[in-house]
Order: sequence, then structure tokens, then C-alpha cells
Amino acid sequence: MRVRVQEADFDLTTEISLLRQARPDVGAVVAFIGLVRDVNAGASVSELTLEHYPAMTQKALASIAEQAQQRWEVDEVLVIHRVGRLLPMDQIVLVAVAGAHRGPAFHACEFIMDYLKTQAPFWKKEQTSDGAHWVEARSSDDAAAARWEQS
Amino acid sequence: MLLNVLYFARLRENLGLAQEQITLQSTRSCVSDLLDYLRARGPQWQATLAAEKNLRVAVNQDLARFETALKDGDEVALFPPVTGG
Repeated sequence: MRVRVQEADFDLTTEISLLRQARPDVGAVVAFIGLVRDVNAGASVSELTLEHYPAMTQKALASIAEQAQQRWEVDEVLVIHRVGRLLPMDQIVLVAVAGAHRGPAFHACEFIMDYLKTQAPFWKKEQTSDGAHWVEARSSDDAAAARWEQS
Repeated sequence: MLLNVLYFARLRENLGLAQEQITLQSTRSCVSDLLDYLRARGPQWQATLAAEKNLRVAVNQDLARFETALKDGDEVALFPPVTGG
């Protein structure tokens, strides 16, 4: 399991090459990338600042990745989350999962994103045409994370 | 007990404070007791910490509950629901 929190951008191809390096048993890689959109809740967004709780972030992400690895048969998990100032179209987050088969890899990737959205200590502040404001948490994200507790 | 208390995002801005040391007189306290202590500081604290549904807490960098017990030396972080990803 690899977890990184960084200001710098990341390159998907490089990261996936590293993830599956010397792993001929890997038959499936599933990756999700989250991006900064230029519009949110009806207002245009010119930039985003991501604040986090440094002492907790790494620990929270590692715990989420570990839960996924316990629950599904996957070989490697990578989570990269950016912090600091970001612009529309920038990459925010990468979750990549490698395993023998696609089913567990798809599930693990979605689980990690759903839990990250509700449990990892990051907060977005948007600069919009209406001024700067903190992004509100969505109840749909809580619902998405709750699904995994029933199944 | 001595607590290291951290505030993040909207809470940090509203309270004008990122971190402080707080001494609670009781030896048996939970997160709710700390919140009551903070709310008693004045209207700004009361208003910022009023709605528990907009409040999350971590004790020693793990998500916790309002009834989680605290002990001397704990790091308690208060913040709004997270919005990463």
C-alpha cells in the first residue's frame, strides 16, 4: 500500500507503471482520478485551496486502503491526494488498485474513494464569482459510504 | 487534564485560532465536556460549535465520537465534515 499527500501534480502512466512493476500476477488495474471543476453549486470556480490535517491525513488514508485490502483480493493500492492551491482542470486525487481480476479491483477502488470522501481530513475552499467559501459536505457522499456497510 | 486542541477549515477561521492547550479540571471527561467548556467562552464559540451535525472530531488522529473519553495529553481536533477527493 502506498499513500502520498503532496502539493505536486502526478502522472497516471508513471504511477501505474510503478504500481504493477515486477507483478506478472496482476491482471487488472482500476484507477480513479478526481479533478477540479470550474463550476460548483451554480457558481463559477476560479481556484480551490485544499486544507488538511497533516498528522492525521496519512494515517486516515492508510487505514482506508488497508480496509479495502482486507475486504477484497487485491495486490496493490495507491492513493495520492494533493493539497494547497489548485485550478480548474487540475488533478486532485488518484486511487489506483491492482489485482488478479477486475471485480475486486473495481470494488476496492470505489470503496476507497467513498470512504476518503467522508473520513479523510481534507477541506476545500473555493474562490468563486460570489467570493470565497468552504465547500459544503454532500449527503450523497455519506449515502455512498454507507452502502458499503450493508453489503 | 491537559489537551492539545486543533481547529481546521471553517472552525479555524471563525474562531481565529488553529491550536491551543486547554486544561480541563475534571479527570473524567469526554469530547462533549470539552465542547461545553469551549461554548462557554462566548457567543462566537457558542455559534461556531452549536450544531453537532456540522461538527466532526478526531482524538489522537482517529475519528471519534462526542462521547469518546479523553485522557491527559490527548490531541483533540475539531473540524467540519470533510470535503476532500
